[in-house]
Amino acid sequence: MPLPTGDIVGLMVDNLNKRGSVFPLSKRKSTRWAKGMRIPCGGETVLYTGAMYQLLPYIVAMVRMLERVEDTFLADWVFLGRFANRFINLSGIAARPSREEVAKYDMMLQDIAGLLLQAGVPFGYLYEDDVYAGALAYDMGVDDSLLAHAERVQATLRRRGVKKVITVDPHTTNMLRSIYPTILDDFEVEVQSYLEVLAEADGEPMRRVVEDVVIHDSCVYARSEGVLDQPRQLLERAGYSLLEPRESRNLTYCCGGPIEALFPKKSHDIGVARVEQLKGTGGKQAVTMCPICLASLENAADGSLPMEDISAYLRRAYAPTFTPVPLPLRVTGATVCRAAQASPHDRRIVERRHASRD
Amino acid sequence: MASKVDLEFAREVATADDFNAWACMNCGVCTAVCPLGIDLVPRKLFRYTVLGLRDEVLERRDVIFQCLLCKLCEENCTAGVNIAENMRYLRGYIDREVFGLSASPAGKKEQHAVAHR
Repeated sequence: MPLPTGDIVGLMVDNLNKRGSVFPLSKRKSTRWAKGMRIPCGGETVLYTGAMYQLLPYIVAMVRMLERVEDTFLADWVFLGRFANRFINLSGIAARPSREEVAKYDMMLQDIAGLLLQAGVPFGYLYEDDVYAGALAYDMGVDDSLLAHAERVQATLRRRGVKKVITVDPHTTNMLRSIYPTILDDFEVEVQSYLEVLAEADGEPMRRVVEDVVIHDSCVYARSEGVLDQPRQLLERAGYSLLEPRESRNLTYCCGGPIEALFPKKSHDIGVARVEQLKGTGGKQAVTMCPICLASLENAADGSLPMEDISAYLRRAYAPTFTPVPLPLRVTGATVCRAAQASPHDRRIVERRHASRD
Repeated sequence: MASKVDLEFAREVATADDFNAWACMNCGVCTAVCPLGIDLVPRKLFRYTVLGLRDEVLERRDVIFQCLLCKLCEENCTAGVNIAENMRYLRGYIDREVFGLSASPAGKKEQHAVAHR
């Protein structure tokens, strides 16, 4: 029995309407990456995460659960889950990623912030007001729910006096730069991906990294946002030799991620096909620039092709001395503007994690 | 059994701003490059749609939601069809007419007007 499309789309729409995200994450979890980073609160230019990196480990855990349900009799009972989810945040309870997985994605955001700081780019962060931009609702065609959500985001950006946002992932970039202006009146916020900002800053790497790496372009960056040369420019200047699969740049091949919540097996098959294309270059490691691509391809590769987000590759070259700040193992208290601090105990834990990672 | 043309569906599609599958020349490049490898997507599906064969479209709603919206087809389309946007249009129709998730286009305009009042 396939998963019931209507119930799963319905569950996501219920979440967006009621809880402000297709997959609600507490403010504490979505802002914990910034704890201790001392990023100024707000300002005219802000780093806007749209909670995409923070959501990924939870979405991956949810997809693993759905994979077990797909094609079993349990798929018939998903409607009950949707019903219960109207009263309690069932999707938040059901998905339980490991702490390591959560920390991994949080560290990518710290790397991005570190790169911008190293490049001398001034920016703030909206903390609890940095919310999901609604990409999945847009993809699913639920335009009235998306419109209501986009209006809330626009109102927040206006209230906080934001003139420019620096985005970190292709989907949020696409929503804020290309979709919001078509559905909202007077959406005049300037939107740039951090890769574009770093490429413009034209900084010199502090350390050259002589390694081969296979590049996987995000469909959205490549075909909707024209972010093609900037990641290549940054990686090549750092010393990396880029290996391009035949399906590259604006002819890049999907990772399968966009349908993972509805058709997990089909999504996995497409990811496997993409991994084979990447391996076909002879490369021994790959670079992605979208958290959805990273999660899908890592799952498909199953360890056969190591891969990392571009932020990790760039940090090793452009900001090797940047010390990520500690991520608390347990989230206690929301990381709001005035409480963005970390304990010495947390700091030691994260320093150990980073030492073992590098 | 032959499929019936649903005139109301055909009319809605014909007047929709977001749907331009009429431009499709049926060359098949989109189907050839699609990572899903499904014969139906997108040109046959669009043919059903522009002909007003509502039942044929709704019967294939799972395939409509399988589309990755990766736009590889659109990148290769020689007729300039906004394939991803057309698929999104069909999803919106199914959300509204089958899943009961969205307001009708008239309702959407009303909501928009209320939000901007």
